[in-house]
Amino acid sequence: MAGPQGTQPRTSTPLAIEAVGIVKSFPGVIANDHVDFDLRVGEIHALLGENGAGKSTLMNVLAGLYRPDEGEIRVGGEPVQLRSPRDAIAAGIGMVHQHFALVPSQTVAENVLLGLDRPRFRLDLKRTEAEIMSLATDIGLRVEPSARIWQLSIGEQQRVEIVKMLFHGARILILDEPTAVLAPQETAELFENLRALTDAARSIIFISHKLGEVLSIADRITVMRAGKVTAAGLEPEGVTRADLARRMVGRPVLESLERTKVEPGAVVLSVEDVTALNDRGLPALRGVSLQVHAGEIVGIAAVAGNGQSELAQVITGLRACTGRVVVDGRDIAAGPVRAAIESGVGHVPEDRAGVGSAPNLSLIDNLIMRRFRQQPITRGPFLDASAARSKAQTLQGAYEISAPTLDTPVRILSGGNLQRLILAREIDAAPRLLVAVQPTRGLDVGAIEGIHQLLLDLREQGAAILLISEELEELLALADRILVMYEGQVTTAVERPSAADIDAIGLHMMGGEGADSAIDRASTVG
Amino acid sequence: MIDLTLILAAGVASGTVLLFAAIGEIFAERAGVLNLGVEGMMLFGAVAGFSVAAATGNPWLGLVVAMLAGGLLSLLHAVMAIHLRAEQVISGLALTFLGTGLARVLGDGLSSVGAVATLPRLTVPLLAEVPLIGPVLFREQSVLTYVGFLLVPLAVYWIDRTRPGLHLRAVGERPAAADAQGIDVVRLRYLYVLVGGLLAGLAGATITLAISPGWFGDQTTNGRGWIAIGLVIFAQWSPLRAALGAYLFGAIFRFIIDIQGVPAVLGFPNPFQAGRSATFFLEMLPYAFVIVVVVIGSREALRRRVGAPAALGIPYVRGERGG
Amino acid sequence: MIVRLEPRATAPRWLQAALTLAAIVVALAIGAVILAFVGGDPVRAYLHIFDAAFGDIGVLSDTLVKATPLILTGLACALAFRMRLWNIGAEGQFLLGAWGAGAIVLVPILPAGMPAFVVIPAMMVAGALAGGAWAFIPGILKARLGVNEIITTLMLNYIALAWLQFWVFGPWSEGGFQQTGPFPREAWLPRLTDFAAQIPVLAGLTTHLGLVFALVATAIMSVVLSRTRWGYEMRLIGDNARAARYAGINVAKYVIVVFVISGALAGLAGMSEVSGVVHRLQDRISPGYGFTAIIIAYLARLGPWRVVLASILFGALILAGREIQPSGVPAMIQGIILFCLIASDVLLRYRVRVGRPAEATATAPT
Repeated sequence: MAGPQGTQPRTSTPLAIEAVGIVKSFPGVIANDHVDFDLRVGEIHALLGENGAGKSTLMNVLAGLYRPDEGEIRVGGEPVQLRSPRDAIAAGIGMVHQHFALVPSQTVAENVLLGLDRPRFRLDLKRTEAEIMSLATDIGLRVEPSARIWQLSIGEQQRVEIVKMLFHGARILILDEPTAVLAPQETAELFENLRALTDAARSIIFISHKLGEVLSIADRITVMRAGKVTAAGLEPEGVTRADLARRMVGRPVLESLERTKVEPGAVVLSVEDVTALNDRGLPALRGVSLQVHAGEIVGIAAVAGNGQSELAQVITGLRACTGRVVVDGRDIAAGPVRAAIESGVGHVPEDRAGVGSAPNLSLIDNLIMRRFRQQPITRGPFLDASAARSKAQTLQGAYEISAPTLDTPVRILSGGNLQRLILAREIDAAPRLLVAVQPTRGLDVGAIEGIHQLLLDLREQGAAILLISEELEELLALADRILVMYEGQVTTAVERPSAADIDAIGLHMMGGEGADSAIDRASTVG
Repeated sequence: MIDLTLILAAGVASGTVLLFAAIGEIFAERAGVLNLGVEGMMLFGAVAGFSVAAATGNPWLGLVVAMLAGGLLSLLHAVMAIHLRAEQVISGLALTFLGTGLARVLGDGLSSVGAVATLPRLTVPLLAEVPLIGPVLFREQSVLTYVGFLLVPLAVYWIDRTRPGLHLRAVGERPAAADAQGIDVVRLRYLYVLVGGLLAGLAGATITLAISPGWFGDQTTNGRGWIAIGLVIFAQWSPLRAALGAYLFGAIFRFIIDIQGVPAVLGFPNPFQAGRSATFFLEMLPYAFVIVVVVIGSREALRRRVGAPAALGIPYVRGERGG
Repeated sequence: MIVRLEPRATAPRWLQAALTLAAIVVALAIGAVILAFVGGDPVRAYLHIFDAAFGDIGVLSDTLVKATPLILTGLACALAFRMRLWNIGAEGQFLLGAWGAGAIVLVPILPAGMPAFVVIPAMMVAGALAGGAWAFIPGILKARLGVNEIITTLMLNYIALAWLQFWVFGPWSEGGFQQTGPFPREAWLPRLTDFAAQIPVLAGLTTHLGLVFALVATAIMSVVLSRTRWGYEMRLIGDNARAARYAGINVAKYVIVVFVISGALAGLAGMSEVSGVVHRLQDRISPGYGFTAIIIAYLARLGPWRVVLASILFGALILAGREIQPSGVPAMIQGIILFCLIASDVLLRYRVRVGRPAEATATAPT
C-alpha cells in the first residue's frame, strides 16, 4: 500500500475513518468546534497542535471516551456510534494514550486480555502468551508476553500498547504524542514499526506538537488551533516548519533564543562518586560525578529511568545517597532537605502537582513554601500573614502568574501557570544552584518560551543550573554542556553542543558503542 | 487439662468469623475501596440474622437476611466512596457508628431470647478419621465452617485465574487503564463493596447463628470487624494468608476462653483463671497480636516494595491523572 | 438526564456553615423517622433533648460538663486529622489519661495531705503524659514503619480498656467492686457549686475547672494553627506530604509529635473527667467520648472554636440521650449525622449540574 510519503495517487484510496463536524464542549471551553478529519487506509496522518488545541479531545471522541455534542463518525464509510471504548475497539479503533493504559503489576498477556471479551471465565495465560508472540512476530514488534509491565522500559511499554491494540483487532491506531517519552533511537525504531504497520494495511493517526518528526513520518498533516482545524490534510512536501508553526500558534514563533555569552565562574555544585537506590530498592545511581559552575547550564540527557530523576533528588536532599554532594564547599549529601535549601539550592521538581505544590493551599501558601523560615515572613514562632501576602503579590506580578486571587487554591491553575509559580518561588530565592527537572513538559509553545527565557536570565545572573530534560532540542537550545546518563552513570559529556551532536548523544542515551564499558559495569553491578 | 484438638477445632470455628469478614474486605480493597465499616456491618448482620431466626425459627432465613443486611449497609458506603467521592476513612467510620447503633436499637430486648435454632453441625465421613486434621477440621463443625473452607480456594482462584478477577485487580490497581479498556470501574467497585458487605453480614451471622449463638450487644463482635481489617494488611491482600491469620486468631480467642477454666497448670495455680484480675491481660492478647501482625505486614510491604492495591482509597474520576 | 459533578475552586464560608447546619437538620429528621419506626415519639424525644440540655441553668451546666471531655478529645482528633493522621484512639488515650491521673493519688505517687495546687497539676501532667505515651506507639509505628494508624489506635483502645479494668478490678479495687475508692478532696477539680457559700446562685452547678482547660487548649490550638510556622507546616503536610518534604519539613517527626500532643489532649480529657466529675476510677468512665470526638472534629471541619460549638451540641445529645430508649439511638444518630456531613461535603467540593447524558464526569480536556 502506502510507500514512501506522497508518491502514490491518494484520491482513490478508501477512507479508514472519517469525523464530520465534531463539536465537543466542556464547561467554559469549546474543545472541538465543527472539526472535520479523515484518515485513509494505510496512511500516517499527523494531527498537529499545541496543548489545549483540542487534538486530544478529538481523539478521545474517536476512541469512544468522549461523546461528541454534534457531528458524525464514519468507519469504512458507515456511520458508527461510539458510546464507550469497547465500541471503538469493536469498530477497529485503538488508541495509545500518552499515559499508557497498562496495569503495572500485571503481565503483558494479562494487560492484553483486559480489554477482550474472551476467555469467558478461566484465564489461559499460556495460550494467550503464544498468540501474542505469533502476532508480534508477524508484525515485527518485539514483546515479552510474560513480563510484568513495571519491569519494562517506556519504549517497551509503548510497544505493548500497540501490540495490545492490534491483538484487539485494531485497524486504526491513534498514537497520542508517542515520541514525547522516547530517546531519538527509540523514536527511530518506533517510526520503522509504524511503517511496517501501514504496510500491513493498518492506518495511523499520529498526534504531536513536534514539527520535525511530523514532517519526517506523516503522509498528511492536519493542524488544529483553539478547537478548530487551521490546515487540513497538507502534504509534507509543500510546507515548511515555519509555516506549520504559524498555523499552530497563530503567530510567528521565535526559532532561537537570545543567548549571551557568560564566562563560567567558580564550581558551585560538585557531585562526587554518588550512589543511590531507586524506589524499588535497586541501584539507580552507580558512582556519578559531575560539576556545575556559576553562570553555566549543564544539561542531563537520558532516557527516562536511567537515574536522572534520582540524581535531582539526591542533590536536593530528597533521597539518601553515599558519596559527596558539595554546594559552595558545604557537603549536603547527608543532610536533610533544609540543608540544601539553606545552601541556596532551588529545585523545580519533575512532578509539579505531586511534589512541587500543595494543590489545595493558596497561591500565598505555595509561594512561601521554601522560604517561610526567613525574615520577614517568620517572626519567632509566628508567621507574618501580611508579609507573606505582599511577597506573594510581588511574585505574582513579576512572573505573570494568572489566577483569580492570591487565596485561590493552586490546583485550579493551568500547567503553565503552576510552573511559573514554582519557578517564581525557586528563582526569587536567588539560588546559587537551580535543579530544574523537565521544566517545560506538557506546556504549550508560548509558556515554554517564557520558561526558557527565565532560565537563561538566571544563568546570566551567575547561578549554576542543572537542567534535566527528555527534550533533546531543549537541552541543545539552553545547555552549555550536556552530560549523557545511562544506567545510573554519566557516560559522556558534550561541550558546547549543537544540532550536529544529536545522533551521537542519542546513541549514548541508548548505551550504544562509546558506552559499552558502562553497560558491562552496569550488568555486573545489577 | 486442655485438649489441644478441641481448642484447635473450636479455633477453626471461631476463625471462620474473621475469615468471612477479612475475605470480604479483601474483595472490596482489591477493587480500590477501603471499607472500615466491617464492625458495623457485622453487628448489623449479626442482629438481623439472629432476630429473624428467633422470630421464624429458621436459621437459614436468618443467614440470608444477615447477608442482605450487611450488603445494604455496604451500599451506603459505596455511594459515599464511589459516587460522592467522600473520604473513605470517615465514611467507613460513619458506617461503623450507624451499624453499631442500628444493631443496638434492633437488638433491644434480644439478649433475653437466649437459645435459638442454629445452623446444623456436620461431620465429614472419612475425612474426620484422618489423624490430627480430621478431628480439628472435619468433626462436628458448623456447616458455615465448611463454607469457609471452600471460600478460600474459590477467592484465590477468582482473583488470580479468572477474567472477572483480572478485571477486579485492574480496577484496584489502575482504574484509568481498566476504564480505557472498556471495563466499568464504577459498577465493579459497587459490586465488590457489596460482596464485602454480604460477607461481613455472613460473618456476623456466623457468630449469632453458629459459633456462639445469642445476642450480647456490642460484645457480640467485640472488635472482630477491626481485627479482620488488620488481618487484611497482615495478609497483604491475599485470601490464603488471610485464612491462615483468621484461624490463628480464632485459636487465640478460643485459648483465652478455655484457659480461664483451668484451675492449675503443672501444679501452679493458674493466674488467668476466670474471676482473677490478670485475665484482663489475656483479653488484651488478640488486640496486641493484631498490632504485631500488622507491623509484620507493613515491614514486609516496605521491604518488598509492594503492598496495598495502588488505587486503594482513591476515588476514580475519568480524565484525572493518578488513577 | 444525568447529574454531573463539577469541581469548584473554593466554597464560600456561608455555604460551609449552611451545609453543616442542613446536614444536622437532615440527620435529625432521618433519626426521627427511625425513632418513629421503632415506636418512639420523635417530636417529644427531641423536645426532651432540648429541655434536658438547655432548659435551665442547671441542665445547661450539666451540658457543659458533658461537653468538656468532648472538647478536649475533639481537639485531639481535629489536630491529628489536619495532618490526615487518623487517630481513632482518643478513647484509649482518654482512659490512659484517667488512669495516669488516678495513679497520682492511688499508688499514691504524691504523699497524702499535699495541697490541691500541687496534686491537681501533678494529675494533669500525669494524665497528659499517659495519654501522650499511649499515642506515641501508633505515632512511631506510622512514622518509622508506615504501619496503618487506624488499626493500631483502635486496637490500643481495647487494650487500654483492659488495662484500666485490670487496675480497678485488681490492685486498686475497693472491696472487690469494679471501681477504686473516692479520690481525696485535694484531687477534685473545683466546681461552681463549691463557691455556693459565697455566690448562692452557683449552688448545684457541677461545671468544673476542666472546662477552663478545654477553652485554654482551644485558644492555644487556634493561635498555633492559624498564626505560627507550626500551623503552616501542618497545613502543608496535611495537604501534600511529599510537598512538605520538598519544603524541608521533617514529616516523620511531625507525625510522632502530633500524635503525642493529640494523645496528651485526650489524656487531659480523661484526667479532667475523673478529677472533675467521677472523683474515682472505674472502667465505665467514658460513654464513647473518644469516638464521638471523631464526629465532632469532622462536624467542626477541624476548626478549634467550632469544636467547642459541636461539643456543646453533642454534650446535649449525650446528656439527654441517656434517657432515650433503646440505648443505641444516640450512636445511630451520630452515624447518620456523619453520613449527612459527608454527603453535604460533596456540595462544597463540587457544583452539581443536571444535564443531558454525557460522560459520567466532565473534566476539562488535558
